[in-house]
Amino acid sequence: MERILDTMREKGASTALILGFFVAWELFCLVANISDILLPRPTQIVAALVKFWPAIWPHTYQTLYTTLVGFSIGVVIGLFLGVLIGSSRLAYDTAYPLLVGFSSIPKVAVVPIFVLWYGAGTVPAILTAMIICIFPIVVNVATGIATVEPELEDVMKTLKASKLDILWNVSLPRSMPYFFAALKVAITLAFVGSVVAETVASNRGIGNMMMIASSSFNVPLVFAGLFVLAGLGVTLYVLFSLIEHRVTGWAHRKTDLASP
Amino acid sequence: MNAQVRPADPGSTAAPSAPFIEFENASITYGKGARAVQALAPTSLKIAEGEFVALVGPSGCGKSTILKMVGELLKPSTGFVFVAGREIGANPIRIGMAYQNPTLLPWLNIRDNVMLPLKIVPPFRQAFRAKRNSEFRDRVETLLKQVGLAGFAEKFPFQLSGGMMQRANLCRALVHDPDLLLLDEPFGALDQFTREELWAVMQDLWLSKKLTVILVTHDLREAAYLASRICVMSARPGRILDDQIVELPRPRTIDMTFQPDFVELNQKLRAMIVGARGGTGIVSHPPGAA
Repeated sequence: MERILDTMREKGASTALILGFFVAWELFCLVANISDILLPRPTQIVAALVKFWPAIWPHTYQTLYTTLVGFSIGVVIGLFLGVLIGSSRLAYDTAYPLLVGFSSIPKVAVVPIFVLWYGAGTVPAILTAMIICIFPIVVNVATGIATVEPELEDVMKTLKASKLDILWNVSLPRSMPYFFAALKVAITLAFVGSVVAETVASNRGIGNMMMIASSSFNVPLVFAGLFVLAGLGVTLYVLFSLIEHRVTGWAHRKTDLASP
Repeated sequence: MNAQVRPADPGSTAAPSAPFIEFENASITYGKGARAVQALAPTSLKIAEGEFVALVGPSGCGKSTILKMVGELLKPSTGFVFVAGREIGANPIRIGMAYQNPTLLPWLNIRDNVMLPLKIVPPFRQAFRAKRNSEFRDRVETLLKQVGLAGFAEKFPFQLSGGMMQRANLCRALVHDPDLLLLDEPFGALDQFTREELWAVMQDLWLSKKLTVILVTHDLREAAYLASRICVMSARPGRILDDQIVELPRPRTIDMTFQPDFVELNQKLRAMIVGARGGTGIVSHPPGAA
């Protein structure tokens, strides 16, 4: 009972903070008499969201689609590379510098190249979302796999376990908390990637919609686009947190597993 | 005071047949060229089936190196190591291993942790799916009971104390009926009383299963309590300085560790290791004066 009250208090505080933020925003705009071309009030944004929803929805769908497809491909590639790099010293030493080089390129800069190859539209957005989320996943998974206790590896080797046995029974489950931490970072980054690509070169998607809206000074619609992106990002983040808690609850034992 | 090298005499141990484990001038050198460090000088050692051998000696003397060679984790730089008559790598025996760090998998409960070797080692591996909820479960349950962990199968490692984790670790090392058990200071991190409790557990397990055990330890009381034979090693590069049978009757008890013959054995071992460290021992009386 006390725990329920505690969680309510915690949740209550953060809800109050979020509401307070929007109320303060609204009041600030009203009191300072700020034009909605500069900074629309939250109520105006929500009104725009409702009013233009039939027009916003296809863009939302497009952005969600490119982000999720890019993210999924990125996760698969990242997991694969992470396992590869984490399980072999040679692969680690060989591939890591190249990987760091790739990851230090600002991802906006590669969009024009993707456009050159595939034309404007869906594919560059997917690819941008993909490459932006590969790196955090590779690094985290590789770390999880490379830091298996040597004693445990010895125990497995004396059991004549194959590399695959060790990977499947020890390294992979062990790297799951790292993997999920990376997923939460990667999903938000994937949105950055797809929206950037849409802004630069696409005729669909939230990024594109915001570009068009801002060029016609429909600022509430621009902000409505931001709200949609925030909503999508938060939803997916929460989704992965829930999955994470189910799959890797053992790594967060302090919170609830310990108490029956 | 018997400090000179006395090679193990298999005739004096239980099995007169071919030794279960045999080191033939096996040595280990780490590194190459000028920076090469010999960790283990060429060593010959024979261990018969069913023996409980303790390796004691100063730190860095190659005790764990010997253990790793037997466990096929290291290949000798020179010489040979045979296990069950075959060179390592080709031997068909099953090995269990336990370190000081229990290394239980935090995402599995104690039952699944202990079951891990059954998932990997043939012939259990092939039957794992079929028997994990019947025969194998009972096997784990029996082992847990033997080490005093009955009723803890559903717990997770972090819910257990260090001593309990080490008990589970022992179960994991034994669940696949190994022919050979390798222990690297398994009780080193435990408090005195838990350690003594686990000595008794270990002795019971050995007496009931009659497997071959090699124990690396710093604790001379532990060596003398558990082992049927103690090898004292010199400082790096490691050599076997002394190799003796412990004649104390079984089952041994903690009370026995305070008896004169036990204490005498302990002092003798201690004097040898102090000598092997090449240090001015803290022994206040001349060793072996008796």
